[in-house]
Amino acid sequence: MSEYLLEAQEITKEFPAAGKKTVHAVSGVNLQIREGETLGLVGESGCGKSTLGRLMIRTLRPNAGEIRYRGQNITAMKDREFRPLRKEMQLIFQDPYASLDPRMTVRDLVAEPIETWKLCDSKDAVTAKVKELLKAVGVPEEFLYRYPHQFSGGQRQRIGIARAIAAEPRFIVCDEPVSALDVSVQNQILNLLKELKTSRKLTYLFISHDLSVVHYLADRVCIMFLGKICETGPTEEVYRNPRHPYTRFLLDAVPEPDPSLRGKEIRLLKGEPPSPADPPSGCRFRTRCPYATERCAMEEPALREIGNVQAACHYAEGIQA
Amino acid sequence: MKQKILEVRNLTVSFRTEKGIIRPVNDVSLDVPAGSIVGIVGESGCGKSMTARAVMGLLRYPGKVTGGSVVLNGRELAGLPEKERRKLRGAEVSMIFQEPMTSLNPVVKVGKQVEEAIRLHTDCTKEEAKAKTLEMFRKVEIPEPETRYKCYPHQLSGGLRQRVLIAMAMICKPSLLIADEPTTALDVTVEAQILKLLEQLRDGGTSVLIISHNLGVIARVCDYVYVMYAGRIVEEAATEVIFSRPAHPYTRGLFRSVASLREGGSTLETIPGVVPNLLRLPAGCSFSLRCAECGANCEQNLPELLETEPGHKVRCFRTGKEATV
Repeated sequence: MSEYLLEAQEITKEFPAAGKKTVHAVSGVNLQIREGETLGLVGESGCGKSTLGRLMIRTLRPNAGEIRYRGQNITAMKDREFRPLRKEMQLIFQDPYASLDPRMTVRDLVAEPIETWKLCDSKDAVTAKVKELLKAVGVPEEFLYRYPHQFSGGQRQRIGIARAIAAEPRFIVCDEPVSALDVSVQNQILNLLKELKTSRKLTYLFISHDLSVVHYLADRVCIMFLGKICETGPTEEVYRNPRHPYTRFLLDAVPEPDPSLRGKEIRLLKGEPPSPADPPSGCRFRTRCPYATERCAMEEPALREIGNVQAACHYAEGIQA
Repeated sequence: MKQKILEVRNLTVSFRTEKGIIRPVNDVSLDVPAGSIVGIVGESGCGKSMTARAVMGLLRYPGKVTGGSVVLNGRELAGLPEKERRKLRGAEVSMIFQEPMTSLNPVVKVGKQVEEAIRLHTDCTKEEAKAKTLEMFRKVEIPEPETRYKCYPHQLSGGLRQRVLIAMAMICKPSLLIADEPTTALDVTVEAQILKLLEQLRDGGTSVLIISHNLGVIARVCDYVYVMYAGRIVEEAATEVIFSRPAHPYTRGLFRSVASLREGGSTLETIPGVVPNLLRLPAGCSFSLRCAECGANCEQNLPELLETEPGHKVRCFRTGKEATV
C-alpha cells in the first residue's frame, strides 16, 4: 500500500493544435497527494493546472505516465474496473453559473449523484439525503424546489459543492472554486470547504491562480509554469522563502492591500509568456528569467530537494542569497 | 486646490424593470483631480461600472441618467446631444474594459483599430496615423510594434490586448481615462505590468478613474478611494486614510475579509448574507440587513455621507455619532 492517496508519475498530456502543432499542456509531472491533506496547485492561465487536475481523476487520459490511486494504477484500468472508484473522486467547478443545469431544481441537481450511485433505495430517502446535504453546505431547506437562476453566485457554488459531496467521495478536485465570487462571499465558501474537509475527512487538490486563497487552504503547494512543476513544498515555507525565480515573481506581483507599500519597486517579469505549443528548450522559464544562463537553455533542471522544498532551478541556492 | 478633471454631482441612474424602478447608481458625487488616480471599489452589482458608463454616456436601454450632473473639464455633459458626446469620447475621455478580447473587433488588425480612433477625431493622413499608432504602441511598451500592428486580436496574449486597448484609449491624449476592472482578467504578473503602465500614464498627465473589486489593486495605485454599496457611496477618503482607518461597517468587513485571507488563521472573516436586491432595498441604510451594528433608526432612515474627520466621509449613523461626540 502506498503512503499516498493519489500519485502521478511522469504524466504527460498533449493536445493537437491547428497547423500540426502540439500543445504541451502537462509535461512529465510527478505529483503526490497524501490522505487528508490539501494540495494547492498554483499557476497562471494556460500553465496546465486544470488539465493536471482532470488527469488526476481520469476525466482526461494522459499520453504517457500513470496515476495511482491508493496504490492502484487507474490509468491502465478499463472503464468498468474504474467505475467504482469514480465515486470516490469528485470535481468542483469554477463557474457556478455554467455547471448547474438550469432546467433542474435544486432537489434534482443534488439527487442526481445519489441516484446514479444508487445510494438510497426510495424517493423519500433521496429527498431526505438531499436535505441533509443542503444543510451541510448552508442552503436553506425551503429552496429545495427552486431553480439555479434564483440563486446568487455563492449559493450556486454551495449547490455545486453539495453535488460533489453527495456521493461521499474521499478526494475532490476544486478547480478555481471561488474565482467567480466576490471577496465577502468567497470567504464564506472557503470556510465551508475547510469545514467539510474536516467533518467528511476529505482530501483536496485545490487549483487556483490566487495565491492568497491557496495560502489559506493548502498544506502543501505546487507552483506550475508551462506544463511543469517548478517548485513544491509546505505552503508556509514556499511563501516565506521561495527558491524558484518564478515563484518569487509570482509572489512579488500580488498587489498587497497596504498603501504604505506603494513606493516599493515591484520587479516585473520581462517579455511575453512563451507558448505551450512551442516551449523553450531546457528550462521553460528561462526566456523570462533574469538569472538565465546558457546552461538553462541546454539542460533542463530537475526538481531537486533544497531544504524541505523541491525546486526545479539550476541556481536555486545562488538566487536566494 | 488641484484643478478637477471630472466632477460628478448627485448622479442617479434608473432602470425601469418589469417589477419596478431600480437605481443602480443613487445620488453619487465624486471628483477626479488632475494628475491623480481615483478608485471606486465595491462588489459585483454595487453600481461601480454603471457609474463609469453613465460618465461616458454609454448607458444601454433601459438605463437612463435621471438626475445629477457630470462636468468634464468644466463642461456639463448631462443633456448634451449624442453627437457632441461622441466628439468627446476618445478625445477627452476614454474607457478601457475588463475583457480586452470582447472590446476588440476580431476581424480587423489591431493597428487599424487604433488608427481608427485618431482618424475619427483628427484629420491626419494615413501615414501620420500609422506613425502615431506605432509611437503609442511603443509608449505602452508593446514589444515589436511593427509586427503587432499587423496582428489580429486572437494572435495576442491577454496582456498585449489590454495594452492595445490602452493605446487606443490614449491615442488622442484624453485628460481622463476610465479603467473598468482593467486587470481582473489578467494573471498577476501581467497585472503588475499594467498597473505600472497606468501609473506612467498618470505621471504623463492623464487622470485615471479606476474601478475594481480588488483592494490590492486599489492600494497599489489609487490616491483617493470611493467605496460603493448598493448604488450609493458609503465611504470616501484618501487611500492611506481609508486603509488605516476604515469607518463604515461594510468597508471594515470588506477589508477584514481580505486581511484575514492573507494572514491565514483558522477561520476567515466574512460579511454575512449577500448584496441586497435593488428592488427590495430597506427604507433606511442599505447595509442594515447585513450589519452587525445595525440599530433601530438604521432600518428606517438613510444616513447621510458626512465628514468624520477632514477628507474622510462616511455614510453611517454609528460612526458619525462616535466622531461628533
